[in-house]
Amino acid sequence: MLRPRIIPCLLVKDGTLLKTVEFGPGKYLGDPLNAARIFNEKAVDELVVFDIGATTDQREPNYPLIEELATECRMPLCYGGGVKAAEQVEKIVGLGVEKVAISSGVVDCPGLIKDASRRVGAQSVVTVMDVRRTSEADGEVFSHNGTRSTGLSPTEFASLAEEQGAGEIVVNSISRDGCMCGYDIELVRKVREATSLPITALGGAGSLQHIEDLIKALGIIGAAAGSLFVFKGPYRAVLLNYPSETEKDKLLSRARTQIQNSSDRPSV
Amino acid sequence: MIGIVNYGLGNVSAFARIFHRLNVPFCLAGTRRELETADKIILPGVGAFDWAVEKLHDAGLAEPLRDLVLGERRPFLGVCIGMQLMAERSDEGERPGLGWIQGEVERLNGGPTTMLPHMGWNDVLVRFEDPLFEGLHEAPRFYFLHSFHVSPLREQDILATADYEETFVCSVRVGNMYGVQFHPEKSHESGVRLLRNFAQL
Repeated sequence: MLRPRIIPCLLVKDGTLLKTVEFGPGKYLGDPLNAARIFNEKAVDELVVFDIGATTDQREPNYPLIEELATECRMPLCYGGGVKAAEQVEKIVGLGVEKVAISSGVVDCPGLIKDASRRVGAQSVVTVMDVRRTSEADGEVFSHNGTRSTGLSPTEFASLAEEQGAGEIVVNSISRDGCMCGYDIELVRKVREATSLPITALGGAGSLQHIEDLIKALGIIGAAAGSLFVFKGPYRAVLLNYPSETEKDKLLSRARTQIQNSSDRPSV
Repeated sequence: MIGIVNYGLGNVSAFARIFHRLNVPFCLAGTRRELETADKIILPGVGAFDWAVEKLHDAGLAEPLRDLVLGERRPFLGVCIGMQLMAERSDEGERPGLGWIQGEVERLNGGPTTMLPHMGWNDVLVRFEDPLFEGLHEAPRFYFLHSFHVSPLREQDILATADYEETFVCSVRVGNMYGVQFHPEKSHESGVRLLRNFAQL
């Protein structure tokens, strides 16, 4: 039976690992390659690496770093940051990356998703929506590291991404970024109802219980987290961590039991 | 020596790294000559069917592969699109496949709410004992990332299945030729063990 995915998400800027809160200035954490090695040893389901400086600094993706990360990982790797052209997607996949994430490019570069999907297959093209809760009922999708509003609601963005031929959507809550207070499950649910693409939630996870809650609510989903897997304790000491196989089995089994027991279970 | 077909698709370096760690000699084979030095061949691949067929023909590797795998019966492992290429044709594209296995590639079925692609770790149900899956758990988990799958015409070609809304074939064996729909190069220890088994055939 297909399992929900539990995914560490690493943020990189200028080749360095960092962590943000509400997309604010980052706290330095160390070497991304070392982090990839550690998560590799912990046999994580997938790894996501976002270069948050690439688009705003208008740089090309950091290909040497991407290649090093790709050869290190014995699990699927998703890279995002500064991807504006289908050739870049093809190049990154050629370096050994399973999936390429596009955020600002979805709105700024019409035809990008379609062209990229044609070349590398839809399964390798991920769209990321950074959502800020605003006066709009469902929130608004922002780009460029949360600095520019796209004018689209999350469901509008999801439909657009699906139309363009993406293979997955990451729903990233800016408001919950770094808060460790739980996923914005209602936001993710709205997107789930608007598309049949696989979805990964990001932003807000502070404990394995939050991941369990997400899976109970939404069934098959990707549960991505930054702070949860890089910090430990109330003082946020840097300690890369991930549930063991046993902890994961228990979490998934509890979540599934809840889904089976509830009368209006979501489609899985 | 394992020859990893280098035609511009698939995570060639992931395979290379695993064989390097296992101390298994390997080469990246982008020409007939390089392929001929390999006593076993792996055809990786991700992406769309037609794109893969074109890349393989553009690289001039379809004929050498036919000679070595069908003709000389060198052990072969097709991974993901590499497995789908073994079929006669695909619903995903217009170009013919290699036709090494009787059957076609079809889209995964499911209801209107089925999420595609099939993405994540799933259990592989192996039908009978085979050296490729030796030493693994009864239902080992591997990473899947695909929307299409091979439907072999002959029951005896089916080596393993998986469940995603429906039961579908995720591994085939026809004599010296194996295919796996999942990604052993990205499936941690299960994948490493499977690749080691292939190398030791």
